[in-house]
Amino acid sequence: MIRIALVLVLMAFPAAADEEIVLGLSHDQVAITATFEGSNILVFGAVRRETPIPDHSDLGVIVTISGPDMPVEIWRKQRRAGIWINTDEVEVDAAPSFYAVATSAPMSDVLHHVEDLQYRITTPRTIRAIGGQVSDSVDFMEALIRIRTQEGLYQRLEGAVDLEQDTLFRTAITLPANLTEGIYEARIFLTRDGRVIDEYVTEIPVRKVGLERWLYNLAQHQSLIYALMSLTIAVGAGWGASALFGMLRR
Amino acid sequence: MQVYLPIAEISVNAFLLLGIGGLVGILSGMFGVGGGFLITPLLFFIGIPPAVAVATSTNQVVASSFSALLAHLKRKNVDMRMGTVLLVGGLVGSALGVLLFNFLRSLGQVDLLVQLCYVLFLGVIGALMFVESLRAIRRANRPGVRPVRRKHNWVHNLPLKMKFRVSGLYISVVPPLLVGVLVGVLAAIMGVGGGFIMVPAMIYLLGMPTKVVIGTSLFQIIFVAGFTTILHATTNHTVDVVLALLLLIGGVVGAQFGTRWGVRMKAEQLRILLATLVLGVCAKLAIDLLIQPAELYSLTAGVL
Repeated sequence: MIRIALVLVLMAFPAAADEEIVLGLSHDQVAITATFEGSNILVFGAVRRETPIPDHSDLGVIVTISGPDMPVEIWRKQRRAGIWINTDEVEVDAAPSFYAVATSAPMSDVLHHVEDLQYRITTPRTIRAIGGQVSDSVDFMEALIRIRTQEGLYQRLEGAVDLEQDTLFRTAITLPANLTEGIYEARIFLTRDGRVIDEYVTEIPVRKVGLERWLYNLAQHQSLIYALMSLTIAVGAGWGASALFGMLRR
Repeated sequence: MQVYLPIAEISVNAFLLLGIGGLVGILSGMFGVGGGFLITPLLFFIGIPPAVAVATSTNQVVASSFSALLAHLKRKNVDMRMGTVLLVGGLVGSALGVLLFNFLRSLGQVDLLVQLCYVLFLGVIGALMFVESLRAIRRANRPGVRPVRRKHNWVHNLPLKMKFRVSGLYISVVPPLLVGVLVGVLAAIMGVGGGFIMVPAMIYLLGMPTKVVIGTSLFQIIFVAGFTTILHATTNHTVDVVLALLLLIGGVVGAQFGTRWGVRMKAEQLRILLATLVLGVCAKLAIDLLIQPAELYSLTAGVL
């Protein structure tokens, strides 16, 4: 059950550029309930400008949504004594648990790689500090992105932002069901010829709610009580089944 | 209907879980096994993280075993004294198993250990059961064979002897303790009750009468599996109560049908079916280890 809150956030950014982002989100938060099947977030907005639309340069819009950073261990299997086992490991200090980047045109057209380094926009740029004793850590990095892309956790959506008349833009980003909770960050970049001219950041809290929240907290913080509760349910179910069975036979 | 599992942090189809619980329930009703050895691999196949699958299965084992134990208690087929000795060993084994599990988890080898344990034990037990039930079928066709006399072996020459009245035994406590430790370690690592190891060990190694073996084994399994659940929940936080509940409901209903269908079949036929099933699961897991996986890399998130 997703609360559809239409929140239009009008912003008063210091007028650093001639063109600024005005943004709206279809959800200001995502609630993970017992029947959570993923969520769609609609990001829409407009470019506000005091001056006429500049000619001779291309406007681009980039929308990113990122989940909380988490450390990750990447393992690689090798055949040892006939069976496939984990042999090599690379540790990543922080990689976003979810990362979607949507653009209004091919990435190379809307983003200069120097700007990418500074603002950490493309997926590889968001993964920090790889440590490990292997020489081919690039392969591990690619594997991390490949696996998470297959799980729908990393998305590269080039051309998915609709930009109309260089003013209105909108895109929809799908959050999969296997989300980690935390504060998600939505960033919107406005670029001209690959240079970032405005940046807008807002937060989307993703939280387990209700029973899910309660169970998770109990399991993490009062694990003994949680364990005893699980056992009580198990014993109760076992007893109930036996009693019911006995009644049916009589 | 999709259900989001709060601990596994994935969304799965509730009917799929009810179905798995029901299927395993049918089998456990038919064959008198806890079903942990089937649930855990099935949970791997549908994408539950191995650590969660193992820890949650132990909770499921508690439920199915408790249900069965109540039936055996009514028939007075439980040797409490033997059960307690096995239990002491089992608790020690369970603690050792969880320590080993956590250590290997930190090394990234826990999947391998769990899979190897499964291949090894399912293979051995399945093959033994298959051969034994084939023989039993042949024997049934050839009447008039005398039963084998129980012999005294090395087990009966150990110190610290104790009387077990219900089992009619006067033996050392060392072998039951060791059997208990072994089963405890397996329960922690494989997410199983260990009945499929303990039952043959009690019959062939300790020489207990078959009548009291199942009830006594169940008595011990409940406590070991319960203790293992607590250890996994407090050290790893990997017991998913929503997952367990869905499996339980399916299992409880399935067990009722299984028991009814089971009584219509011959014991040898049942055992050969179970053996085939066990060998099938074993083969599937072995193939996964032997052929080159499509994805050589795997991720372990959130630990450092």
